[in-house]
Amino acid sequence: MQNDSLEMQQLQKKAQQIRRDILEMVYRRQSGHLGGSFSIVEILVALYYKIMRIDPANPKWEARDRFILSKGHCAPALYAVLADLGFFPKEYLTKSFRCVNGILQGHPDLKKTPGVDMSSGSLGIGLSVACGMALGGRIKGQDFRIFVVIGDGETNEGQIWEAAKTAAHYKLDQITAFIDLNGLQNDGPTEKEMSMAPMAAKWRSFNWNVLEIDGHDFPQILAAVNRAGQRTGQPTAILCRTLKGKGVSFMENQLKFHGTPPNVEEYRKALAELS
Amino acid sequence: MKRSFRDALKESLLSLGREYPALMVVTPDLAKSLRIVDFKQTFPERFITVGVSEADMIGVAAGLATTGLIPVATAFAMFAVEKPFEQIRNAIAYPNLNVKIVATHGGICVGPDGATHQAIEDLALMRTLPNFTVLVAADALETKAALKAALEHKGPVYLRLGRDEAEVVYREEKEFIIGKADLLREGNDVTLVACGPLVAKALQAAEELKKVNIEARVINMHCLKPLDEELLLAAAEETGCLVTIEDHTRIGGLGGAVAELLVGRHPVPVEQVALDDQFGESGEAEELFQKYGLTVSHIIAAAERAIMRKF
Repeated sequence: MQNDSLEMQQLQKKAQQIRRDILEMVYRRQSGHLGGSFSIVEILVALYYKIMRIDPANPKWEARDRFILSKGHCAPALYAVLADLGFFPKEYLTKSFRCVNGILQGHPDLKKTPGVDMSSGSLGIGLSVACGMALGGRIKGQDFRIFVVIGDGETNEGQIWEAAKTAAHYKLDQITAFIDLNGLQNDGPTEKEMSMAPMAAKWRSFNWNVLEIDGHDFPQILAAVNRAGQRTGQPTAILCRTLKGKGVSFMENQLKFHGTPPNVEEYRKALAELS
Repeated sequence: MKRSFRDALKESLLSLGREYPALMVVTPDLAKSLRIVDFKQTFPERFITVGVSEADMIGVAAGLATTGLIPVATAFAMFAVEKPFEQIRNAIAYPNLNVKIVATHGGICVGPDGATHQAIEDLALMRTLPNFTVLVAADALETKAALKAALEHKGPVYLRLGRDEAEVVYREEKEFIIGKADLLREGNDVTLVACGPLVAKALQAAEELKKVNIEARVINMHCLKPLDEELLLAAAEETGCLVTIEDHTRIGGLGGAVAELLVGRHPVPVEQVALDDQFGESGEAEELFQKYGLTVSHIIAAAERAIMRKF
């Protein structure tokens, strides 16, 4: 029990560090999506440090678990984690992100960035790609899992539901999709702009196994991912209640920080909160 | 003699399926229409239907390719290319994944189904995508050769087929080299550059032109991208004018590709036999070819115009 809580503390520390790295990237480049990146930090940290079968020295390892950031605009979170794990030097986070000739594009690029399993950025595509990966793994007799992170605004995309039916039809239990319910999309609150309620019922009606958790709570995330791994014959959607801008008081739940980078004052205040 | 594209696709997928264990077929509820049920029955584990969802088909194909398999995403050109174009761009072309998109029903040759099913813009769309190779098969035997070339090629390929039967151009198994066009007939007065089922019409036009002492060179430009620049530049140099012939809008297809090359490297008169900037309609293929200007006599008239412009 004590070990467990120690471990949770370490994961929380790691999440804090990842948030600082994200802040540095977006502030220095004065470009990028901070709010949505912050809302998925715990999900990524739990997956990459505790769950996924990966080898940073061998990013193309055939048996590796796959990760698809379907909400590709939150690439800073993914890059910060991949750099920390050693897929590429950490200095790239500030020298390369959104820069010409850089390996860290504005949205994930599987050709340019070691550790990125699928290019993304145009919303709605990632879950279909996950289905293809799962079917490919099945026919090749490989047991890798596929994790996908989807935004709540992104679920407006019809293709998400095209893919949801394919994953259920083919019983792709290797797929675990995290739905990042931070409640804010580009133009405003999701409920006001385009309500997807009842979200859980939608996934259930598509014949998915559905779990609902606090997306910033490590024990809940880890338990849900493990339950998803034990489920056979059904893909799992983990509906994660999250806060856009999580971790910095004045950014939490603020639409402003969806795509607007912080100014110097905001940066200093945010850094102080994250230190 | 005529042979069907869809029967050729059926047979090619079956035989190439045996040859290429990594070949997968992905289709949006069109196995019957594409006549590829045999593949499904022979290789059930390598056949994936995604239901009526073309965007999903493209994503699934992309995902399969990331695992080292060679997916062939197949549907009518309208649904294989035009509906999920953005998914093709961002999930296949940009990451340069090894997906083959094979579409039947390219052009107004689709006939009675009418304009909603007549893809007359697909070549223009697909040519604009970096990393993509764009192929058009002229007949049944070329369908198989093109599909094999596509499978051998590492990277995304679009292969366009017609809907129905096409006059046979090739009577023997042929080699298909990506980037190399086929010179089907020698001649020095004009070059007829055609693709797809209209290649047979170009050959007929050349026969007719011979009767009035015009020697037409005929090229089957079965690869729109990369273009066989060497053969086209030699044709421009040696025959002094060209006619491009395609079942496609005159904007951005074969005619556009040829013009883009020649305008910069060897400007000579080029006439187009293609569809004007308008939609098609229902009707039998030959009736539509007549109404929209894709017959042998339209090719002959274009050749005469091109020759006149030389002087």
